[in-house]
Amino acid sequence: MSNAPSSTLRKTPLFDLHEQAGGRIVPFAGWAMPVQYKGIVEEHRAVRSRAGVFDVSHMGRLFVVGPDAASLLRRALTYHVTRIPEGRGHYTLLCNDEGGIIDDPYVYRLDAQRFLFVGNASNADRDTARIREFLQASDDVELLDRQVETVMLAVQGPDAPAHMARMIGAELAALDKRACTELPYLQYKLFVSRTGYTGEDGFEIVTSVEAGRAIWRQLLAAGVEPCGLGARDTLRLEAALALWGHDIDETTNPYEAGLGWVVSFDDGAAFAGREALARIKAAGVGRKLMCLQATGRGVIRDGYPILHNGQQIGGVASGSYSPTLNTSIAMAYLPNPLAVYGTPLEVEVRGKLIPATVVRRPFVPHAGEKAA
Amino acid sequence: MTTPDDRRYSKEHEWLKLDGGGGEATVGITDYAQGQLGDVVYVDLPEPGASVKQFEKMGEIESVKAVSELFSPASGEVIAANQAIIQKPELVNTDPYREAWLIKVKLTSPGEFDALLSAADYDAFVAGLG
Repeated sequence: MSNAPSSTLRKTPLFDLHEQAGGRIVPFAGWAMPVQYKGIVEEHRAVRSRAGVFDVSHMGRLFVVGPDAASLLRRALTYHVTRIPEGRGHYTLLCNDEGGIIDDPYVYRLDAQRFLFVGNASNADRDTARIREFLQASDDVELLDRQVETVMLAVQGPDAPAHMARMIGAELAALDKRACTELPYLQYKLFVSRTGYTGEDGFEIVTSVEAGRAIWRQLLAAGVEPCGLGARDTLRLEAALALWGHDIDETTNPYEAGLGWVVSFDDGAAFAGREALARIKAAGVGRKLMCLQATGRGVIRDGYPILHNGQQIGGVASGSYSPTLNTSIAMAYLPNPLAVYGTPLEVEVRGKLIPATVVRRPFVPHAGEKAA
Repeated sequence: MTTPDDRRYSKEHEWLKLDGGGGEATVGITDYAQGQLGDVVYVDLPEPGASVKQFEKMGEIESVKAVSELFSPASGEVIAANQAIIQKPELVNTDPYREAWLIKVKLTSPGEFDALLSAADYDAFVAGLG
């Protein structure tokens, strides 16, 4: 149980602050990261009811800058990023030539010629290499990897706007969902977006190491809960947000993953995987990523077999325990005939069969989209 | 949390407390074990009447992050399983030495108690785990 992280793991610039805050450090995607401080459930509940802060400095941060930044990213990404207005961000996909998902980055447009590409920690180098494949000789664009020089924080939860407004700038309370802005903090520059990976209202911040450390300390002093990767995972799973490497990867395509909405053909642009994706879309998919909720005791975890009428029909893509629903929840690819709400299934949990039902996504409504 | 010295401990992080000299004992997990597991969400215990063997698997304990096997610190017949922790598994995190006992056992080999660690020896053992 005590797997001490090896010294070869990378550390974020907040590493000592995590140890100070009682963080339990585990290896994750080549990084030594806090999985929890007080406990996953307590941190999870803090984000759902108040506010929590996550160090997400392990995420890739690639600034794409220049007159051809938009056209380069359009050639690499499935979403028509050229149409993202200045000061907005959008979820998108980076695909291989077969339409498989290399990564699922968030792309922000700071202004006409500057974009911030935020990808998964484990994919940062692969992402940059893939984007470079679409560079043309005439391109006037720079790829600036700022993962080392900057800190990235996610401040999430219903109280996040009040904290951000008081601590950083009153205008942040009025920042639209998925909008982004740059503003000063002390003598530093902050990038702030109204985005996150929890299903709650909240913000993501990219800034210098010094400013990032100062903001972290200030948030904790204000009672914002430090949250680790454990709560990040249970929160995103309740929100039914895909996790690369579990729910999506190079062997899955956007349509079966329910991400067809970020594949844009309407602008006529050529982009990575376009031909394959058009074919897959036209032919239709035979399986879909669906949400499962356990009706019995036990936690459904990644890789566990899923059965229907005694026959194994797939495996769990990602599964965990939902602190909000007090039951286990999971996402899994199901063949079309079973990818229907209400389908009863069973999940094999270490030799025992636990009943589960196909339910609507997300498991827990996103903030601002709560059911009446 | 202080390790109570009114009972003995296994290297699998279970405790065994003799009850009233009648050849019966109570079993639980240690504070170190609950801390390593994190938030406990399910506990699977043997039913009354089942037999357990020292250092052999008797059940499972599941936290948000992981599942661990429970090993009995003594051999005997299960005479009670704590329903309170089946209903409220988080008790294992908050009160591992008292309210969150796991099972009560009628001991078949009371001498096994002596093979377990004292509180001081268990603390030293845990300190050595880093």
